[in-house]
Amino acid sequence: MLDWLQNVGQKGLNVVESLGRSALFFIGVLEGIGVALIRFRLTLREIHSVGVLSLVIIAVSGLFVGMVLGLQGYVNFAKFNAEESLGIFVALSLVRELGPVVTGLLYAGRAGSALTAEIGLMKTTEQLASMEMMAVDPIRRIIAPRFLAGIISMPLLAAIFSAVGILGGYFVGVGLLGVDSGSYWSQMQANVDFSSDIINGVIKSVVFGIACNWIALYEGYDAIPTAEGVSRATTKTVVRSALAILALDFVLTALMFSDI
Amino acid sequence: MTTRFMEIAVGLFVVIGGAALFVLAMSVSNFGSISSKEGYYLTAYFENIGGLKVRSAITVSGVRVGQISDIVFDPERLQAKVTLRVDLRHNYFSSDTAASIYTAGLLGEQYIALEPGAEDDTLSNGDEIEFTQSAVVLEEIISKFISNASSG
Amino acid sequence: MTDANEYISSEPLVEIRDMHFSRGSNKIFKGLSLDIRCGQVTGFMGPSGTGKTTLLKLIGGQLKPLAGKVCIQDQDVNAISRSSLFELRKRMGMLFQSGALLTDINVFENVAFPLREHTKLPEQIIRDLVLMKLEAVGLRGARKLMPSQLSGGMARRVALARAIVLDPMMIMYDEPFTGLDPITKGTIVTLIKQLNNVLGLTSIIVSHDVEETLSIADYIYVISDGKVIESGTPVSLRSSSSKWVQQFLNGHPDGPVPFHYPAAEYTQDLLAGR
Repeated sequence: MLDWLQNVGQKGLNVVESLGRSALFFIGVLEGIGVALIRFRLTLREIHSVGVLSLVIIAVSGLFVGMVLGLQGYVNFAKFNAEESLGIFVALSLVRELGPVVTGLLYAGRAGSALTAEIGLMKTTEQLASMEMMAVDPIRRIIAPRFLAGIISMPLLAAIFSAVGILGGYFVGVGLLGVDSGSYWSQMQANVDFSSDIINGVIKSVVFGIACNWIALYEGYDAIPTAEGVSRATTKTVVRSALAILALDFVLTALMFSDI
Repeated sequence: MTTRFMEIAVGLFVVIGGAALFVLAMSVSNFGSISSKEGYYLTAYFENIGGLKVRSAITVSGVRVGQISDIVFDPERLQAKVTLRVDLRHNYFSSDTAASIYTAGLLGEQYIALEPGAEDDTLSNGDEIEFTQSAVVLEEIISKFISNASSG
Repeated sequence: MTDANEYISSEPLVEIRDMHFSRGSNKIFKGLSLDIRCGQVTGFMGPSGTGKTTLLKLIGGQLKPLAGKVCIQDQDVNAISRSSLFELRKRMGMLFQSGALLTDINVFENVAFPLREHTKLPEQIIRDLVLMKLEAVGLRGARKLMPSQLSGGMARRVALARAIVLDPMMIMYDEPFTGLDPITKGTIVTLIKQLNNVLGLTSIIVSHDVEETLSIADYIYVISDGKVIESGTPVSLRSSSSKWVQQFLNGHPDGPVPFHYPAAEYTQDLLAGR
């Protein structure tokens, strides 16, 4: 019984400790963002690797998600003769929820895991330690540009996802199933609000971007410097990012849309 | 050379992302209709607004001309005060125009339909629409129907 | 090779006083005290797992000791601010066992990295400096290669060029001879010697390669069980009366350092299974 209590206490302390470490890490990264802005060329390279290289998977997924929404929405709205609401359904689902969330999940899988592996590998091969010995702070030189790049890329990717998805819904709803094109767009415009829907969607994706990159970079930086440690850290990144995104999504949705 | 390619790719990415945001703002949301067209405001009092909401549509003969910008309860008149925002190019409604709350389809959204009258004066910013018809509440119709049926 | 008296007479660059360090519950250093003197090659030897690499990290300020002091030029590495520590590190080079080259840039850029980070020199001067250092390690022709295309010995030489590009006062070598073929090993030995004599810097070598270390070091500390158990010039070390040192230098499998991991008595252990 005493052993068990001690065990629980120890685990609790470990969790608190790693939370504290990651918070300190986060503060260090924030301090480094200034450097990442001044030496923007470093950030530009990272936007390429996390943003541009994720573009295709984001666009293709967005298209399919939009098409599924178009199909499902049509089947259900047709029961109530309310096919003209398809545009609202597709646009609101994408802009408020699916755009930021699915983009975040795909980002965690595509870019987040790659970031963890990259940083973990740099740690394993002593590149980070050698930088420190060259009087270069790896948090500023390596981590901060990647963090900034992620935060810039995420809202853009989410916007692309939503826009492509709405087009996908249009192809299926209007193109294949015969919903009136005019009512698809006009109902959408009448019911999607710029500030409460679009802007909130962008805010969500920025928050997910911060969470995802924080987790991915921290897991890499904190990885046990062995091949096994890095692979475990990569898995942790994907799992923790996904959980963080879904939990944050609930909190943000409750804050943003609870009055509707 | 590769740096240049990378920079171009990032530039393109930002342009595409920006374009997607622009499309979302202008043709998906109401941002285009808020910013591009100026409007003027009318008020109308209703006994019961039913399920009318801010941003619900205002139509004339089924054509959209504006949207509801505000709904409050007026404690002096004990009625709902609805502020209507009508696009500026539709500035020709006569002063005896009537406003009614209708439902699109059986279960659809509620909206305000304007029916222009015959007066020569036209409504302008800040005017009140005097002739209003409240929302039809389904329960009231059903209870009327039942009482008619039982008495008849 | 200098004799012991001459060694003692030169100024200490690094002073370690009564330092304790542990990793988890594993005590690595228990009151380590030693001096590393200017302009000399100081070697640290000891069996694997005695924390020789840890010692270098403690000197570089990457790890903090539990107790005791590590001073470089009379500055306590753990008491000074982060920016002064970074200033100090600009004058220290470290050669990691793996080379630790940055994998996403080529050899030239790797050597240029400290210059680009710490100076605002024009491109032409950076180029000249980098080519000079690469020439010194004999790899001027390999400047366009990526780190993944280098052999282990070449990577270590590039890392050496990078370590000396800011003209440091001191270089720390972490296992510089491990895993190299005899020719490359010879090359590295010669390079370390030359750099020390030509650039007048202080070298610290951590190694368990006895012959190579004895051949270039001016003074050697033998570390085991968290303490210095023997120190002296290579000559005096060879004639040491300590059984432990003799076992280590000559590579006897059994002696003061037992061949067997601690266990119950053999016959009893076998019989216990019956």
